[in-house]
Formats: sequence, structure tokens, C-alpha cells
Amino acid sequence: MIPAPLSSGTTKDRARSDFHLSRNTPAGGLRARMFALTLAGLALFAPPLPAGAQATGDLGLVVERASGSLLVVDQSERASIGRITGLGDLSHASLVYSPDEQFAYVFGRDGGLTKVDILAQTVVNRVMQAGNSIGGAISDDGRFVAVSNYEPGGVRVFDADTLAMVADIPTGSKTVGLVDIPGTKFVFSLWDSGETWIADLSGETPQITRVKGMGANPYDALVTGDGRTYIAGLFGEDHLSALDLWQDPPEPQSILPGYAEGREGLPVYKMPHLEGWALAGQDFVLPAMGQHEVLWVDARTLKETGRTPTHGQPVFAISRPDGRHVWVNFAHPLNDTIQVIDSVSKEVIHQFAPGPGVLHMEFTPRGHEVWLSVRDAGKVIIYDTETFEQLGEIATESPSGIFFTARAHRMGL
Amino acid sequence: MNRLATILALAAAPALADPDPEALRRLVRQDCGSCHGMTLKGGLGPDIRPAALASYQRDDLTTVILDGIPGTPMPPWRPLLSEGDAAWIADYLLRGDPE
Ligand code: HEC
Repeated sequence: MIPAPLSSGTTKDRARSDFHLSRNTPAGGLRARMFALTLAGLALFAPPLPAGAQATGDLGLVVERASGSLLVVDQSERASIGRITGLGDLSHASLVYSPDEQFAYVFGRDGGLTKVDILAQTVVNRVMQAGNSIGGAISDDGRFVAVSNYEPGGVRVFDADTLAMVADIPTGSKTVGLVDIPGTKFVFSLWDSGETWIADLSGETPQITRVKGMGANPYDALVTGDGRTYIAGLFGEDHLSALDLWQDPPEPQSILPGYAEGREGLPVYKMPHLEGWALAGQDFVLPAMGQHEVLWVDARTLKETGRTPTHGQPVFAISRPDGRHVWVNFAHPLNDTIQVIDSVSKEVIHQFAPGPGVLHMEFTPRGHEVWLSVRDAGKVIIYDTETFEQLGEIATESPSGIFFTARAHRMGL
Repeated sequence: MNRLATILALAAAPALADPDPEALRRLVRQDCGSCHGMTLKGGLGPDIRPAALASYQRDDLTTVILDGIPGTPMPPWRPLLSEGDAAWIADYLLRGDPE
């Protein structure tokens, strides 16, 4: 048995006392520490720890798409600590967290909305809300969970406690790029009609603001971390469109106009994702569509500041939380590779192949590690983001999205 | 050389490059699935289960797969798949997967 530090028994102390051990080895087992805690508890004749004494701040969920389950992971242990099953079709599923980081709301492609308790590791509630959903968001106050749908289209809003539907917003279109912004509002875009709608849920009935003229076929969108700038990627145009949400009413502004002009559009075997925008100092970075490059834009002026040629069609271009590096993964058939781009020089500084089917990347909240899901290897692999050294791996079935609970406190994820 | 081509080449090594059912089934579920849903019942792209494709002949379907549908996100697969592979996929889609 691994000797456990006999600390005073609060979670914070436990975490700190492990720190010096844990850089390259999985820290001494959780069970050992629980045992130590129990001993400490007995010694003091204190009442037993409440059942939920595990803190959630360094936990996360990994979507296991084929088996319809979620792996519960412990970030500082670099280990899985359980599995939640019975969630239906989870291909491309995403999820958001309740403000207290105890519950996750999982948006499945089969239209299922599932609420899970990550402490109890159980499904709490599940509704089939539509035929075919694409993503979701949780309101700033944690009261509402919104889901956008391909079929029948539109957005549905649910009470976060009960999952009872509180608003149905039909749009007559496949609905994409759903994000939360301050003021208990959601913003989303309409693939078929090229509009962006802002739904205000702070009052009795939802108030909708429709912004027309975003451009043909928005396929995804992001909002900046301050909730101010909404950017929609367009399949049917050679530019993206931005909205300044502090404007009333916001007017679409074309950004990166003609970025692919005069160049042959390359086949896109997987649509890029615009969530997880990257801000590096002044700039943010966006995956191009049909070109093997990422595009840099000044966050204030929305003018292009550079382009970086990449290995393939970028899918995610995600900045390390400090913004210094951007990690990029790629569409089929080049989805075994990762490139890391320096955001000052805008040059690729590291390239490697973690394995077949790198679908998703998630940084620890301060960015010292990145976790990659490598679908066809059946693994989550953990890397040091400074040295690029592999720190650990976790066996999992056909993993896709990785979501750490720290997302609970960030807008637009 | 792309990965799928590598897999196919390895799997088919001594004989002619016959379609590799295992690799192609996986491709359909995972990579067509990224737009059509892993169960093929639709996503950004439409339902491509047998009932939805009833009006297609095998050859037309093969052509759609190889050339894509210009002006839509349906990409041409010719750069990655042989005609034999595409025909195998067309059959597979029309027949449906027993699983
Ligand atoms: C990047 C997204 C994407 C990928 C990947 C993709 N498709 Fe499509 N596909 C579409 C879209 C979007 C349409 C609808 C085009 C339109 O508007 O007519 C479509 C249409 C089709 C159609 C015609 C359906 C009909 O009802 O006429 C077939 C068949 C098809 N796809 C098969 C495939 C196969 C097989 C693969 C994998 C080898 C694949 N697709 C991969 C996006 C995709």
C-alpha cells in the first residue's frame, strides 16, 4: 500500500500535499487517502464524512460514444474513477455543467437530454427532447438548459432541475452555434436562413431578437469569453460573420472576407468546430473551411492579422488557457495528428501523432496539461503542454469529447 | 498516403485491392457518421438508411459518394476511395446493417 499523507483531511490539503508527487506519477491512490481520512476521522471521534465529501473541482467526464456511457475522470489523479452508463447514442455528444459542478447535462445526437450526477455517478433524469440534436448550453444563472436541434430544428429550453420544457422556439431551420451570454440569454444561428437569433429568457416569456443577413449556411459559431463578440462560420460564403452583442440591435459584420479567393476549395471530410476560441494577446484564431490553414483575427478590429498553413483541414483550434499556444487537430484522413502553433510567431512549433482518430482536446483549467481523446486507440492520453512529454493515459471505449468541470464557470462553452 | 489507403493496402497486400469490409464499415459509421450521425439517421447531412435511399440505384449512389454533391457539405470521396470501395459502400447503405 502506498503511504498516504496524514493530512488534516480537507480536500484542499489533500490536493496540495500531493502536488510534489504528482508531476510524473499518478499520485498515491485515492483509496489510500480515503483510508487515511477515515482513520483521521475515527481518531477524532468525528462523525463520518458525508457521502458526498469528494470535491468536484478537478473532475471531468469523457464521452464514450459507441457505448453510450461517460467515464468519470479525476484530473489530478490522471485516472478514471467510475463510469455512468445508459445515455443512448452519444456520437458527437457534448455537455455542460451546473454552477455547483455536481451535475452535467449531456446532449446526445439521438435527441436525448440526460442529467447526470457526477458524485453519485448516476443518471438523474433523461428526456427525449427531439429527433436529432446538435448541442446545448446552460444559462448564466444555471436555471435553464437549452438544446439546439437539426430535427425538427429550433431550440428547446428546459428547467435545469426537473428537465421540464419551459420554452419551445421553432426556427424552421437546422439550428447551430448555440451559446449562452450574460442576462440569461442564448444566441444561435439558422443554417437554412442565414440568421442569428438572440433569446432572452430573463422574463416570463422568451423575447427573441432576429438578426438577418448573417450569410449562407452558418454551420457553427462561438462567443468570446466576455460574451461580447459572436462569430458564425459560414459554409456558403467566403467569409465569417461577427456580431457585437453590446450593440442594440447587433448588425452582422463580415470578417476575413474572401479568405479563400482564387484558391481551390479542398474537400472537407469533417466540419470544423468554432467553440473553444483562442485568444492570444490581441488575436484569436479560427479554422478555415476548405483550406488547410488557421486564420488569425484581431479581437478588437476583427481584421486579419495572419494565416498559418496546417497539416490538414483543421477541426478544433484551441488555445491553451494562457493563450501562448494553440493546439490544432484535423479532419479525416489526417486525424491522427496534432500541431501546436506559437501565438506570437504564428508558426507551428511542434507536430506529433498521438494515434488514430484524435477527436478532442481539453486543457486543465490553467493549461499545464492537455488531455486528448484518441478514439481508435481507445485511450485518453495526457501531455505536459510545455515539454510535450506524455504524462499518462486512461483506457476508455471509443472516446470523443472530454469536459472538465471548470467549464461550469466559463461563458459560451 | 492517407491512413485509410494504408490500411486498405496492408489488408489487401498480396491480392488485388479488394474492398476491406471491416475498414469500410468503420469508415461509414465514424466518418460518414460525423455528418450523417453514427447510426446514419441524419445530422447536418440527411438520413442515409435504406428506406431514405430507396429511390437510388446502386450506380447513382456510387457516383454521389465518389463525386459528392457540389455546393453542399457532401464532399467527394474520390480522393480517398476507389470505385470498388464506393460501390461496396453503396451496397452496404442500400442493404442496411443487420446490427
Ligand atoms: C462533411 C459532412 C459530410 C460527410 C463527412 C459526408 N456527408 Fe453525405 N451529405 C452531407 C450533406 C450535407 C448532404 C446533403 C446535401 C444536399 O443538400 O443535398 C449529404 C448527402 C449525402 C447523400 C445523398 C442523400 C440523399 O438523400 O440524396 C448520400 C448518399 C451521402 N451523403 C452519403 C455519404 C457517405 C456514404 C459518406 C461517407 C463516405 C458521407 N455521405 C459523408 C454531408 C456529409
